[in-house]
Amino acid sequence: MKRRQLLTFALLGAAGCNSEKPHDGLLGAMEKWNDGAQRLLFRKQKLAPEEPERLLTRMEDFPIYHVAPDVPVAPKGWRLEVKGLCSKPLSLSVDDLQRLPRTDMRVRHHCVEGWSAVASWHGVRMSEIARACGADPRARFVEFNSFDRPDSPGSDDDDDEKMPKPYASGWDRESVDHPQTLLAYGMNGELLTPDHGAPVRLYSAVKLGYKNVKYLSEVVYQPMRTGGYWEDQGYEWFAGV
Amino acid sequence: MALRPQQPLLIRLTHWANVPLLVIIAGSGLTILNSFPDMGPKGAEYFWYPHGKAPPEALMIGGWLAGARHIHFGVAWFLALNGLIYILYQIASGEWRRRVFQIKRDALNALQTALYYVRIRKHPPEQGLYNGLQRFAYTSAIAIAVLEVLSGLVLYKPVQLSLLTSLFGGYDGARAVHLLGLCALALFTLGHLVLVALHPRELFTIFTGGKRE
Repeated sequence: MKRRQLLTFALLGAAGCNSEKPHDGLLGAMEKWNDGAQRLLFRKQKLAPEEPERLLTRMEDFPIYHVAPDVPVAPKGWRLEVKGLCSKPLSLSVDDLQRLPRTDMRVRHHCVEGWSAVASWHGVRMSEIARACGADPRARFVEFNSFDRPDSPGSDDDDDEKMPKPYASGWDRESVDHPQTLLAYGMNGELLTPDHGAPVRLYSAVKLGYKNVKYLSEVVYQPMRTGGYWEDQGYEWFAGV
Repeated sequence: MALRPQQPLLIRLTHWANVPLLVIIAGSGLTILNSFPDMGPKGAEYFWYPHGKAPPEALMIGGWLAGARHIHFGVAWFLALNGLIYILYQIASGEWRRRVFQIKRDALNALQTALYYVRIRKHPPEQGLYNGLQRFAYTSAIAIAVLEVLSGLVLYKPVQLSLLTSLFGGYDGARAVHLLGLCALALFTLGHLVLVALHPRELFTIFTGGKRE
């Protein structure tokens, strides 16, 4: 066991691979390479296949996930803020969203852990939101922020500076504008429940699960790339499927 | 065909490059499997996988999921490149003729060799560079490796490569093929090592190239 570990360290260490910090060294270089390969493979009009109804995952089998210790509940007077590089920033309630053109899709979910599941999603295309808010083409990236906040390690709950940042994820604009990227307010024919990201979550058929931010609070069109909850810890940024 | 060593230089180089590359890709693959040690979609897992059974600790490389994924998707390119060089060299040099299993030429010989190994036959059949059983084993291993690359591409980009995905019966089908292929390659490697131990002379050949024939 010791010898095997030593050998692994020698092999990987010599090549500048530190598994703890996968964004650095040779692993980081290979991540950039893979980032390029993924962008090359990404087709704007390539749609994920609609799954047949019989493959729908039962609601109780569809994993529930949030980073807060308890199911996050939307703050009173919650609205989704759409801002940044856009000519008409928006402040949307669920009702406002439901008045915009609706898209439904039944697609397969791909989790970074390796499991897959199928659900129907109901909501508004992000490309529709981009039109509505007059998003600038110079905004090559979009950041999605949430009110799903992990527990603070210390006891100073009031000190906002020290509070851990809520769950978030930065995206490339091409994937945001994909026709199967939605602001979803419904799942499997019902309104979204708090377990699955209510009132509104991001859902896309072209990204791994962790890119699809639940409990949305903000959509920010921006010229620079920003990380995210898992991305900052070492998970891959592009994470397309 | 001009005389050429039993194991030409490019075959030796790609063979030895496989050793660290395969160890790393398999070990990081097991770490990825460990984050969801099951097969099949959520709620409809396949019956044949021991649900939740973690891979052997001692074989896992990368420590955690993100690290293992970076290693896996990084090394995969080098492994595929190594395989591509190997296959292109075989085609360009005509080397494949004495290596690739051909039913007409090799099937009977493979059977006879197998019978010899289980001591039903007294003497091995005549053979050139390889006997039929070797050709069958090596060719199968290459076919499985190709299957690993294809199923791996599905796991990497199940949506962008949706045609390939459907050929494997979907994402979860590809994931099962990817794991079973790893098991098959591990069995092949085990058999390979046992046979090298029984015929140690061949170990020198894959270093030096051996005699020209």
